[in-house]
Amino acid sequence: MTAKIVFENIGKVFQARGTTVTALQEINLDVKDGEFLVIVGPSGCGKSTLLDLLGGLAEPSSGRILVDGKPVTGPGLDRGVVFQQYALLPWRTAQGNVEFGLEAKHVPRRERAAKAREYLDLVGLAGFHDRYPHELSGGMKQRVAIARSLAFDPDVLLMDEPFAALDAQTRDGLQDELLRIWEKTGKTVVFITHGIEEAVYLGQRVAVMTSRPGRIKQVVDVPLLSQSEDVRSDPQFAHYRHEIWTLLRDEVNKARNEELEANRV
Amino acid sequence: MSSSTLVKAPVVAPVVADPAKRWHVARIFGNVVTRSIAIVALALVWEIFPRLGLVDATFLPPLSEVLVAWWDLVKSGELWEHAQASLTRSLVGFALAIVISIPLGLLIGWYKPVANLLTPLLEIFRNTAALAILPVFVLILGLGETSKIAIILYACAWPILLNTVSGVRTVDPLLIKSARSLGLGPVSLFQKVVLPAAVPTIFTGIRLAGAYSILILIAAEMVGAKAGLGYLINYAQYNFAVPDMYAGIITISGIGLIVNQLLILTERRFSTWRTS
Repeated sequence: MTAKIVFENIGKVFQARGTTVTALQEINLDVKDGEFLVIVGPSGCGKSTLLDLLGGLAEPSSGRILVDGKPVTGPGLDRGVVFQQYALLPWRTAQGNVEFGLEAKHVPRRERAAKAREYLDLVGLAGFHDRYPHELSGGMKQRVAIARSLAFDPDVLLMDEPFAALDAQTRDGLQDELLRIWEKTGKTVVFITHGIEEAVYLGQRVAVMTSRPGRIKQVVDVPLLSQSEDVRSDPQFAHYRHEIWTLLRDEVNKARNEELEANRV
Repeated sequence: MSSSTLVKAPVVAPVVADPAKRWHVARIFGNVVTRSIAIVALALVWEIFPRLGLVDATFLPPLSEVLVAWWDLVKSGELWEHAQASLTRSLVGFALAIVISIPLGLLIGWYKPVANLLTPLLEIFRNTAALAILPVFVLILGLGETSKIAIILYACAWPILLNTVSGVRTVDPLLIKSARSLGLGPVSLFQKVVLPAAVPTIFTGIRLAGAYSILILIAAEMVGAKAGLGYLINYAQYNFAVPDMYAGIITISGIGLIVNQLLILTERRFSTWRTS
């Protein structure tokens, strides 16, 4: 398989209150076409920054990102972003929100409505098209956000801790749903999380990041686990969970110590 | 007694049979009573105190006399004439304030350089009471309609302007980020995200301005007007037509109440999505 996305020596430096903070350093990573890649890292390691760069919402300080061989220069409809806090327009109905992305793509009005319904059906929200975000639960809002990002048919779906604000049951349900949608649509997914179980459950490969400055510590291949009823209690699942947990533990400790150090000063 | 109850029973039964509904009706009735107690009490005090001689009836005639004077003013067409003059000034000033302040506020809220340029100036004017500037308006624009409309425009402009600026400034950054990720240009971003997000805040400003347009109007009309409710109140006082004066005051509170209610209803229509 060819590389859909290439991170080439990505670095990102911020100027904050007179000091220079290196958020990302020497990130090199390939994402294959149609792959489900999960990036996991301690909080504050710059994983959201990495996604912003890929989304074209910020520019790297060094290096470049290629999507289909072309460097990223700004946002584009070939990449759809799903945010943790849904980012739905509160004055639009579920359908209106899904149509929002289609408007950006200049899809004709009539087609927009049909497409929006189709994708709301896909995420299991048939019959909720005329609800406003404040009338929907957190999980349903995130479904709308996913439908919005899928509807304009991007090749790549970028997800920034999309399920972090949801309760455990809703999260489990949406993870299954996402895998189903991924299999059905064949999108390339770059999924960011700080949850190890979530990473193992969803990812074909899991990239573990170091604490700040964020680098790729290791990329773990997670082969398709047995499709048993309860994959999470599978010994293989536990094995990968433990492997990633071990990789992350040092980084989490390092991040915590740095934070304590910073507060002491 | 018992026979009459028997006869009435079939009619009353459906109401009695539904205690929840009955309770609901009772509660609404209770609400109405609670909300009108204070007003009824005020009316009674206004009626009784002058009659008992507790206050001087010359300066505070009983409410019934005021209402009679009010009705006379209505019948003669005089009240309508004054109200029309007043409402025209208010509406014109208010409408001009909306037309000027909203675009200006959007500009200031959206473009940092414009904000940096204008904010100090705006701060000075905002903190200068409209009535303090009234003499200046009269000096420059004369005693006619222009100065009156100008002062209303001035007073109404501030709440709309400040709310529009803050409405634009406080748009959820995530919504902007999300719209940018869809590749929306600045124009569509403004039109599809910033403006709709700011509408409820702008409307709060419009509602405040509506109240100001009535409050400031009266003061403006007390200076060199030949018609209007403020003029009526002032003129009646000079000529010792005390009941007419109170009739004017009652009318102006009535109009203020109605305008405010209308604006609240409109505001709700435009921000149904905003809960909490």
